[in-house]
Amino acid sequence: MKTTLSINGSGHDLDLDPRVTLLDALRQHLGLTGSKKGCDHGQCGACTVLVDGRRVNACLTLAVMCEGREVTTIEGLGAPGALSSMQKAFVEHDGYQCGYCTPGQICSATAMLEEAKQGWPSYVSDDLESRPALTREEISERMSGNLCRCAAYPNIVDAIEDVAGSER
Amino acid sequence: MSETIIRKMQMDEPDERRVLDLTSQGLIGRPVTRPDGPAKVAGTASYAGEILPEGTAFGVLVRATIAKGKVASLDEASATAMPGVLGVFTGERFLRNPAQGGADAAPVQGASEVAYFGQPIGLVVGETYEDARHAAYTMGVTYEPADDASVDLDTAKSERPDAKQLDQGDLDAAMAGAAHGVDVTYTTTPDSSAPMEPHASVASWDEEGVLTLRGSYQMLRHNRIELADALGIETEKVRILAPFVGGGFGSKLGIAPEAVAASIAAKALKRPVVVAMTRQHVFEGTIRRSETSQRMRLCTDADGRLTGFGHDSKVSNLPGESFSEPLAMTTHFLYRGENRRIGHEIRRVNRTCAGSVRAPGEAPGMLATECAMDELAEVCGLDPIELRKRNIPDQQPENGTPYGTRLLAECLEEGAHRFGWADRKAPGERREGEWLIGMGVASAARTNMTAPASARVTLRADGTALVETDMTDIGTGTYAILTQIAGEMLGLPADRVEVTLGDTDFPPGSGSGGSWGASSTGAAVMLACEAVREQVCLRMGVEPSALTMRDGEAMAGNTRRTLEEVVGDEPVAATGDFEPGSTTEQRVMASYGAHFAEVAVNQTTGEVRVRRMLGVFSAGRILNERTARSQCIGGMIWGIGEALTEDLVHDPRDGHVVNRDLAEYHVPVNLDAPPIEIAFLEELEDWGSPIQSKGIGELGICGSGAAIGNAIYNACGVRIRDFPATPDKVLAGIISEEEAGRLSSGQEK
Repeated sequence: MKTTLSINGSGHDLDLDPRVTLLDALRQHLGLTGSKKGCDHGQCGACTVLVDGRRVNACLTLAVMCEGREVTTIEGLGAPGALSSMQKAFVEHDGYQCGYCTPGQICSATAMLEEAKQGWPSYVSDDLESRPALTREEISERMSGNLCRCAAYPNIVDAIEDVAGSER
Repeated sequence: MSETIIRKMQMDEPDERRVLDLTSQGLIGRPVTRPDGPAKVAGTASYAGEILPEGTAFGVLVRATIAKGKVASLDEASATAMPGVLGVFTGERFLRNPAQGGADAAPVQGASEVAYFGQPIGLVVGETYEDARHAAYTMGVTYEPADDASVDLDTAKSERPDAKQLDQGDLDAAMAGAAHGVDVTYTTTPDSSAPMEPHASVASWDEEGVLTLRGSYQMLRHNRIELADALGIETEKVRILAPFVGGGFGSKLGIAPEAVAASIAAKALKRPVVVAMTRQHVFEGTIRRSETSQRMRLCTDADGRLTGFGHDSKVSNLPGESFSEPLAMTTHFLYRGENRRIGHEIRRVNRTCAGSVRAPGEAPGMLATECAMDELAEVCGLDPIELRKRNIPDQQPENGTPYGTRLLAECLEEGAHRFGWADRKAPGERREGEWLIGMGVASAARTNMTAPASARVTLRADGTALVETDMTDIGTGTYAILTQIAGEMLGLPADRVEVTLGDTDFPPGSGSGGSWGASSTGAAVMLACEAVREQVCLRMGVEPSALTMRDGEAMAGNTRRTLEEVVGDEPVAATGDFEPGSTTEQRVMASYGAHFAEVAVNQTTGEVRVRRMLGVFSAGRILNERTARSQCIGGMIWGIGEALTEDLVHDPRDGHVVNRDLAEYHVPVNLDAPPIEIAFLEELEDWGSPIQSKGIGELGICGSGAAIGNAIYNACGVRIRDFPATPDKVLAGIISEEEAGRLSSGQEK
């Protein structure tokens, strides 16, 4: 099935089996292996990418569904030597260990900050009307869809707090 | 290049030179950020299933759906008739389960004999992943089920190997005559390592019959031998690459079924084959931590000094597996008690293979011992910290061996001070609305181990150093600490040291397991650098004792030269070989610490939330404060999973893993992790490694779950002896406490 995907600002013409997920399209067909496959069931968050700026599980998204949408992967956020502020903060705060969940954590955190800016409430928000303050608890809750078995969680929250603080 | 020099050290005596204290670059201990960090955060670090050579075909494993029996047939014809399917592979070389850590031989082989539900029995290879997956999942399999499958722990055949039992003095008499005692049984459920990267292998063969396997493995020197043995080829014909490993936690210690399946298919198809396990395969087809049952019998004199210590345990594994969860690892040396009994029973079951999961032995073992110590403190009328301090032995209580460095008492005291332990109240006395708040403490201890390790260090013409070893970095920080050791020894800033890991073409490192990587492979790097320094001295015509190396310069007396000048066009290379020796028998060596936890227990729902944790640790020389802290945090959060959420459920009818995914098997998530404070107490251990470090990767999980269990008791008076402490169990306890009048109902407040 012919499809055109816009990934990190570039167009890619692909001829894909309709069963191919966005994650497998990225990893196996485009060589963008920064997005990771931890469960293939939307349960771990390692495959998190941004589609039109919103965080999604690439493993639960079929590639052909993304035509006409802008996909941003970890490779689109920054590269070694030209890291995004979130990527730098993860290095500085040791917000990882093995590194396998890390691209998903960073994509997720990047989009999460936007969600918070737009006033989206979370499960731990005190009320649904006012814009929530991004406390550690809010950050932790909003990042709980991204598992880290090395359990770098406190450092991940430190990194995100650092970026959120400097953007305030 | 001149011939490589080899510097060997066998640890038969303490190394009191403390070489890393004599150098002057100032890198050791510093919280240097990981040199591999930018690649990891940018997504350019390549894990096992990610570099696919041209023409790679995709393989998907087929799993058995009976507990025990024979595979009568695989419907290969139907599968290969499907679009894109290249072949179906099975056979007598397939692995039943992964090799145990350090096995250096293939595990049980043969895909036709099924020993557990979920065992890999075949591989379907297709042009695309989707083709292979469809054919694998619809594969017709017929079985001849055995009628003697053993899936029930209570009726399984069991063994009590003599070497795993100890009977010293008379524990029964000590218990009968003791002033105080507890006789309690703790149980823990099976756990899964669940590394974020599922096991994956890319196999390709060249024309000379050399197999290159890009895999996700922890101990390449052993994995290479295991893979060669499984395939029936010479070890020299196998090269394994694992520069990045997406977590292991024991599950990647030994060669696993997907590696052998990929290799067999790649050879037959004459093209590269990648096999990535699904998350479900990882849960059921790699390893699990055994469930445990542990009877603790502890007794003391009137002053709370232990006179008896009994630890009788039951675990399980597949028939034919040598490994059994060594629950009494720390029991042998942590506390006094002249009358001792350690019993160990292994039940043989047709369930997923049991193997080493992070801190095998201590993790579930200390959950029982440290909660039992809490119970003992209460019957003795002693503070739990005081009870522990009174029972720190002068010498190993079974064989009289002296201890190495051991700051257990100091860790407990420092932790009590930092955590505000003095504010702890009696059970049920601290309440915030419907939440009851409590504090708990536990000792931490992890046996210090080392392993043979080699590394090559080359000082290059551009004044940089290259470190080469097949050692792995599974998230532990190997890249960082080896950079620091080489930079420290050769007087180079971190950005002038290149560390290359995870390639069996390099000298064999220790591998990552048992928390021994830093002390062993770090020692090898230090030794190699010592030899390089001597060569620098020869070239400069100065005595080694006069040499100072710092910021890329070598100085001695009034001579000062840049390393580029010293090296010229002749790089200096040396290999360091580290071997454990008799010091492991001369001293009882372990890393120690103290865990503190504060929990809130909801009186209405039984939910437990960990509010804050503190770990105070002593683990010899801390090589990198940042990565050491991360290891400890990670381990402590594993303790949260062990204490509260993780429970691998086997179906009682056929033993299959019911919750074989990350939605149903609950590893802690971000919101489960409270603020965690880590403190290190300074010490140098000369008897374990010439770099004075001890193991730290598993220390954080040893006892942290028990501190949570003890905090639950302090919060609400409910003693959980069946972990994890899920809300149903806690709530049942709360209701009992309320009915007995020991806990006021939250309504009054």
